[in-house]
Amino acid sequence: MATPSLPVEAPVSRSQPPSGPVIVFEDVAIAFEENIVLDGISFTLPYGETKAIFGVAGSGKSTILKMALGLVKPDSGHIYTMGEDVTEMTEDQLFELRRNVGIVFQESALFDSLTVRENVAFRLMEEAKTPAEEIERRVREALRFVELENTVDMFPAELSGGMRRRVAIARAIISRPETLLYDSPTGGLDPVTSTTIVELIIKQRDVSRTSSLLVTHRLQDAFVMANHYFDVKAGHIKPVPPGGKIEAPMAFLILRDGKIIFDGNIEELAHTKNEYIREYIS
Amino acid sequence: MAAGDFLTSIELISPTEFAKRKIQSVQDYSILAAESVANLFRTPRYVADIVQQMDMIGFGSLPIVLASVFFTGAALALNSATTLSRFGATTVIGQLVSIGIVRELGPVLAGLVVAGRNSSGMASELGSMIVTEQIDAMRALGTDPMKKLVTPRVVATVVMMFFLVILGDFMGLLGGSVVASVLLGMNAHEYWSNAYQTLVFSDVFMGLMKPLVFGFIVATVGCYYGLSTKGGTQGVGRSTTEAVVAAMILIIMVDVFVTRFLMVLLGS
Repeated sequence: MATPSLPVEAPVSRSQPPSGPVIVFEDVAIAFEENIVLDGISFTLPYGETKAIFGVAGSGKSTILKMALGLVKPDSGHIYTMGEDVTEMTEDQLFELRRNVGIVFQESALFDSLTVRENVAFRLMEEAKTPAEEIERRVREALRFVELENTVDMFPAELSGGMRRRVAIARAIISRPETLLYDSPTGGLDPVTSTTIVELIIKQRDVSRTSSLLVTHRLQDAFVMANHYFDVKAGHIKPVPPGGKIEAPMAFLILRDGKIIFDGNIEELAHTKNEYIREYIS
Repeated sequence: MAAGDFLTSIELISPTEFAKRKIQSVQDYSILAAESVANLFRTPRYVADIVQQMDMIGFGSLPIVLASVFFTGAALALNSATTLSRFGATTVIGQLVSIGIVRELGPVLAGLVVAGRNSSGMASELGSMIVTEQIDAMRALGTDPMKKLVTPRVVATVVMMFFLVILGDFMGLLGGSVVASVLLGMNAHEYWSNAYQTLVFSDVFMGLMKPLVFGFIVATVGCYYGLSTKGGTQGVGRSTTEAVVAAMILIIMVDVFVTRFLMVLLGS
């Protein structure tokens, strides 16, 4: 990937990093039409960490992201996002909370009647607090971050799948959220485009110190994230050097039959004795 | 698919479950309809979206509303003439067309035509947004889809239905006038004079209250079916069809009750 021309600024509210976890799931369960999808799910996402969620199709990975944002309510349990119990909040209260959380949907979910500029600026335009010049500057900054500044006047239908995914990332980061949720950001993309997206996620994690939940089917993407960091001076990602001076804040969470069967870092994953996981990662 | 496979794929539900689902649908629709009105008194208000929808719904429906009411007015005049000529009373055609179009046919026809065009459009547009997660994205970006998408469509449809019916009524009378003067050899001045003088306040009031109700039905039904879409593109098609059918049936049914209510209210 080419050298990024401009790093996105860190979130305004992150001058003093919060001490507690960003997202906490406490004994969460949900069923769809008598089909239990998730049962007894408990985990935490510490500040600044990216947690990759794995599981077979239909295992509830995307549902976890939607529940974290209050888009779907669990049947039982509690979910704390940035300290707020989203299971107890009204939709109006959730709209406030969601301003600090960005999400990239599986199929990008760009508004197809709006241009790229309007899609990326959507949140800022809705808030109606930011002057037009400032919105334009931030739109271009976010699009430059994903290297798509030249698409500003195009419609989503004119973009490739990978470009749409990158515009979705730009839309998610424009408000400088403290937390990002990625739903299969590399799903269905070719290896080259997938690598570009993974590098963008690493860049966002390391430049803006954003905490993230990442749903993916591709283990290799998560391993790249766990073994690489973004070098701001060099302007590209580099392998994490041995010795522990630099760490990639990355964790793994694996679901099976509605339960969490693994929650740990890459070393713990590599040394797990669970047969299912060993088969999964092999 | 073999016949056996087809039969086993049909979902069988108990009457109780069926009734529960229907009651749930009515409840969900009522909540959506109430919220769409309540949002008028809440911020933010999407004036630009309302104007855009007015253009799409109002101006877009204008040709079909005008054409349908014009030809109905003409047909009404023709049919009336056949009967009235037996009694030598063809001069009252203007009165018949006027009362029929202004009180009943203008609003109902406009409602049905606008429902056919716009309930389906709203259901398919919002349904597509549901299946492509655009509605979820909107909520995730801190915007209430009810305020941003539903209320502007309801306001725009109600307002534009009012004006569409006024123009449609005029075209209906014009259609009757063309038939009366060209085919029946009536004096145009006599026709318009009869048509105008026969109308009283209650006729006009009734004719202009109905489109407000029908516009509300068209928009809320279209939005409800759109936002209730399930099952991908096939679901979008199903929602679109159901929205048109439900809106048309509701308009015809509600028309009876609104007519009776206004008759009692106006003492006519």
